Amino acid sequence: MENKHTRNIYMLPYYLWIVLFVIAPIILVLYYSFFDIEGNVSLVNYQKFFTPVYLKMTLSSFWYAFLITAISLLIAYPTAYLLTKTKHKQLWLLLIIVPSWINLLLKAYAFLGIFGTYGAANSFLELIGIGTQQILFTDFSFIFVSVYIFIPFMILPIFNSLNELNPTLLDAANDLGASKWTTFRRVIFPLTIDGVKSGCQVVFIPALSLFMLTRLIAGNRVITLGTAIEQHFLVTQDWGMGATIAVFLIIIMVFIMIVTNTRKRGV
Amino acid sequence: MDKKITPLSKLFLLIVFFILYAPIFFLVIFSFNSGETMYDFKGFSLEWYRELFQDTRLLIIVLNTVVVALLSALFSTIIGVLGALAIHQAKKRQTKNSLLSLNNVLIVSPDVIIGASFLILFTMAGIKLGFYSVLLSHIAFSIPIVVLMVLPKLMEMSPTLIDAARDLGASRWNVLTKVIIPFITPGIFAGFFMALTYSFDDFAVTFFVTGNGFSTLSVEIYSLARRGISLNINALSALLFLFTILLVVVYYFITQRNKVNGMGVRKR
Repeated sequence: MENKHTRNIYMLPYYLWIVLFVIAPIILVLYYSFFDIEGNVSLVNYQKFFTPVYLKMTLSSFWYAFLITAISLLIAYPTAYLLTKTKHKQLWLLLIIVPSWINLLLKAYAFLGIFGTYGAANSFLELIGIGTQQILFTDFSFIFVSVYIFIPFMILPIFNSLNELNPTLLDAANDLGASKWTTFRRVIFPLTIDGVKSGCQVVFIPALSLFMLTRLIAGNRVITLGTAIEQHFLVTQDWGMGATIAVFLIIIMVFIMIVTNTRKRGV
Repeated sequence: MDKKITPLSKLFLLIVFFILYAPIFFLVIFSFNSGETMYDFKGFSLEWYRELFQDTRLLIIVLNTVVVALLSALFSTIIGVLGALAIHQAKKRQTKNSLLSLNNVLIVSPDVIIGASFLILFTMAGIKLGFYSVLLSHIAFSIPIVVLMVLPKLMEMSPTLIDAARDLGASRWNVLTKVIIPFITPGIFAGFFMALTYSFDDFAVTFFVTGNGFSTLSVEIYSLARRGISLNINALSALLFLFTILLVVVYYFITQRNKVNGMGVRKR
């Protein structure tokens, strides 16, 4: 022990970071939520939040996030399960992860071409006799593209928990006469619920706040909490209202974290 | 799990892979289109690439993005390593846990909230929006990921190693530079690399804290895409795709190195 001071000095940058960029921003958001658009201290933003306009928006934002999470889970679970059965499963997993490294906006942009009026999706619909549809700027395109973007993030934690599953447990279930479905329902699923929970967590929270997709793909038809925050901060300059919505988003986030709390083992 | 994969499940996997990759290849293929749309392939041409390389404005933006990424990765790695050491050395369990929770706040927060709160922070602190606000926010959101990359390496390190160094008369500084830092180097590299890719990919936070005069690649792609389809974005995306593949390969080698090192330690 030379002395405590030298130790504290080299830790200073990190503590400074915690104070300036972790604690201060949260306090500032809370602080700003008490100012109306003219800069007076008031609770008007909170009153506004509890009007039907904002409540409806929160509800629909939830509904979309729920749909996106549920559909991602429905596709990701079987995919992760099948991946664990392949030869070279780590390689296949890597291939699933690669698209998640591609810049999000480029992927969204790709769908502008695919779902456009003369795009690939419509040519296909034409070919099978359904005819051209309006695909871009609908709920469908928004949910499809969101699911597309989130799937790798859902597969990864589920794959990890399935991969850790002890195969002897399945043999045991089999020996004791459990059917495939019973084995899945009573053994596999309960043992991988942690992976499912963290998958839902990493999809649901960002799904509440994707503002660029609602702008590019949903053509402003879908308004999520994230879109509303972006709108208030960068377009209408009503920072107080934006901050109020952010406060609620933080509350919702903390709530979801508690509900889906899992013991994280490493990164 | 001894069962073979049925043809039906193979088909399912095939469809998933197809959907994941089709849009990316779609972009790349149309970057070679001599026409101007993303639905009518007129013929092969490299015209859009030529246009891309002649666009000085865009080249400056690419340069900005690279500079911000390298600088933010460098600073966040330094601060992150110090942070990991701070968390590792915390004596009380409670201190350790609260430091870890504070560390993870920026990882779990939605980008919109990080962006909005940083915008308030910079405005109140009187920092002009532009290069410095973008750089500072990239450093800020990369630090926790560096900590999470370095911390497991620190945990892996046997405390007897440090005791031995002390017994042999090493000063605190010597212990840090000659024992601890070399041991956690793979973690530091992984952290630096992750910070780099975080910075490259970030859109939402940058969008909030960038002023009028400064732009990064993601922000630029967003504003171009809002105006509609233009095939030089496709050319750009093809180049970025190649670059991403390169990153994945680098990442693969870094983690491989990590693993080898980690297993070497566990064997003892």
